[in-house]
Amino acid sequence: MESVSFPPLSRVAVCGGTHGNEMTGVYMVRHLQKEKIDKIGSVSVSTVLTNPRAVEICRRYVETDLNRCFTEALLNSPVTDSSPYELRRAQELNAQIGPKGSKEAMDLIIDIHNTTSNMGLCFIFYSIDWFTLHILKYLQSKMASVEVRAIQLDIPIAEAYSLESVGKHGFAIEAGPQPNGVVRADIHNMVKEAVDHIFSWLQEFNSGNTFEGGEVEAYTLEKSIDYPRNPVTGEITAAIHSQLQDNDFKLLQRGNPIFMSFSGETVKYDGEDLYPFFVNECAYYEKKIAFHLARKIKLTLPPIKVTG
Amino acid sequence: MSSYNNTARFSEARRVAIFGGTHGNEMSGVTLVNLWTKNGTEIQRKGVEAVPFITNPKAVEKCTRYVDTDLNRAFTPENLSAPGGNDLPYEVLRAQEINRIFGPKGSPEAYDVIFDLHNTTSNMGCTLILESSKDHFNLQMMNYIKKAMAPASCLVLMNEHPLLKYSTSRSVAKHPVGLEVGPQPQGVLRSNIFEAMRVILKHALDFIELFNEGVEFPPCTVEVFRVLEWIDYPRDANGNIIAMVHPNLQDCDWEPLNPGDPMFQTFDGKTIHYQGSGTVYPTFINEAAYYEKQQAFITTRRETLVASAIIKA
Repeated sequence: MESVSFPPLSRVAVCGGTHGNEMTGVYMVRHLQKEKIDKIGSVSVSTVLTNPRAVEICRRYVETDLNRCFTEALLNSPVTDSSPYELRRAQELNAQIGPKGSKEAMDLIIDIHNTTSNMGLCFIFYSIDWFTLHILKYLQSKMASVEVRAIQLDIPIAEAYSLESVGKHGFAIEAGPQPNGVVRADIHNMVKEAVDHIFSWLQEFNSGNTFEGGEVEAYTLEKSIDYPRNPVTGEITAAIHSQLQDNDFKLLQRGNPIFMSFSGETVKYDGEDLYPFFVNECAYYEKKIAFHLARKIKLTLPPIKVTG
Repeated sequence: MSSYNNTARFSEARRVAIFGGTHGNEMSGVTLVNLWTKNGTEIQRKGVEAVPFITNPKAVEKCTRYVDTDLNRAFTPENLSAPGGNDLPYEVLRAQEINRIFGPKGSPEAYDVIFDLHNTTSNMGCTLILESSKDHFNLQMMNYIKKAMAPASCLVLMNEHPLLKYSTSRSVAKHPVGLEVGPQPQGVLRSNIFEAMRVILKHALDFIELFNEGVEFPPCTVEVFRVLEWIDYPRDANGNIIAMVHPNLQDCDWEPLNPGDPMFQTFDGKTIHYQGSGTVYPTFINEAAYYEKQQAFITTRRETLVASAIIKA
């Protein structure tokens, strides 16, 4: 494949606390701010605690999920003092590290999240972005003891609703399993190591290194499955089956158990072979998602290097 | 109940309550109590009136630990007798209501047994919480449950510490029993944790049924972990934590922690070691709700308690 060249990535934002109870990002950003880190080699770093009011009360959000507020439509909608806090905050953040779609936007936005699901270390991104995939390939080679996975949300950027879509390039780091409100040292250390490698990669890229092409596997969201619910009250009537619990990314096939009802019946999966993820994520009960299902795809990367 | 050889007599344990949702985001108890409120067949036992009850409905509705203040710390004498009506914090009002229905605390009219169902983000497995080393009825029940669950583990945590003991919702009853099962994140329902709690309660109710039928339970010994102290995270001048539970301690509830063992890790990777004078058994390691209570983990020591024989009076 032909090599592709890009201008240097010299302005990077590291964000945490987009969900105020996902603690790895909160503590990492606080630590970077305490150490007054604003430059790493050739890269200038902005550290942003994105939802400080939610962080203060250790809740996912105050009025509405901040990480659904970054569509073009919402970023351009008129807001007043009585608009939901997160809608207003999204527009502030867009001015600070965007604006989305413009020349002034950050070259790269890294947004750090946690999940209660057993997903290990995942990179979530929208478009097929060579940077994200090269960084992922690099991390996979450097972090041999950790399974690093890529999740692609096939949504056009204008409709992309999460924070990282504001930058010219961006991805969310999703690390789990970790309960809300808790900071686990093993998860923190894994994310810190990943972020350190990302900055090494950025240095190497900016200083002219060519990164070879290759193939990367990614998971692309296909559909979501809700919990069985009481048709009248809407209350859930089953829990994720113990054979699915903690088995994110293990192929799910027709006939495999997925739920165990409170009265002891097993509910089995009836669909095509797909890969479950975000299995039993706390925040998704209210979004009516017990787990997502993904297709595995292979992406071919061209070699990339910096222009000039 | 003075000597080892005497059989202690207790009145029939007829009125039993099962509390869920004392913390509104601890889902096993919320789910079980809601289930049993709709269909109580599973908790029915001869001679027992078992009442399932959601203690903090507003917190359950918001899927949060509490609305104004921690209900499981609210049952102090001051709170239970506080005037002020609707100006009082929600949970203080709830405590007074619960005390009216299931108490009054300390009186002969109080419920015989209350099981209070909790989850923890700590890797504590199945834990029973005992509030008094002199409650031979509870000791015998816990011995019965442990033996019934074996080889699966069910440990007993005893909090009798004069300063660290707190006023729980279950303390309204003559025999308060805490059930703490983890690890489970707040707001999440894990099937294995849910089923484990269900099994503990099944055995507990079986014990009460047998006791009420007149079965004599011979003297026994019960291993407990006695609460010694709470250890907080290292913090900066603003009160923010500056270190996390060390990876070597994380998930190691009930395993020995020796002086010199790693205890915390700072955000830039330095290790802070345990400086105690002897081996302790830590638990409630990295419980989400305890960051605001300044508790990274608690230390305990192992003890063997002796329970006298018991029989219905």
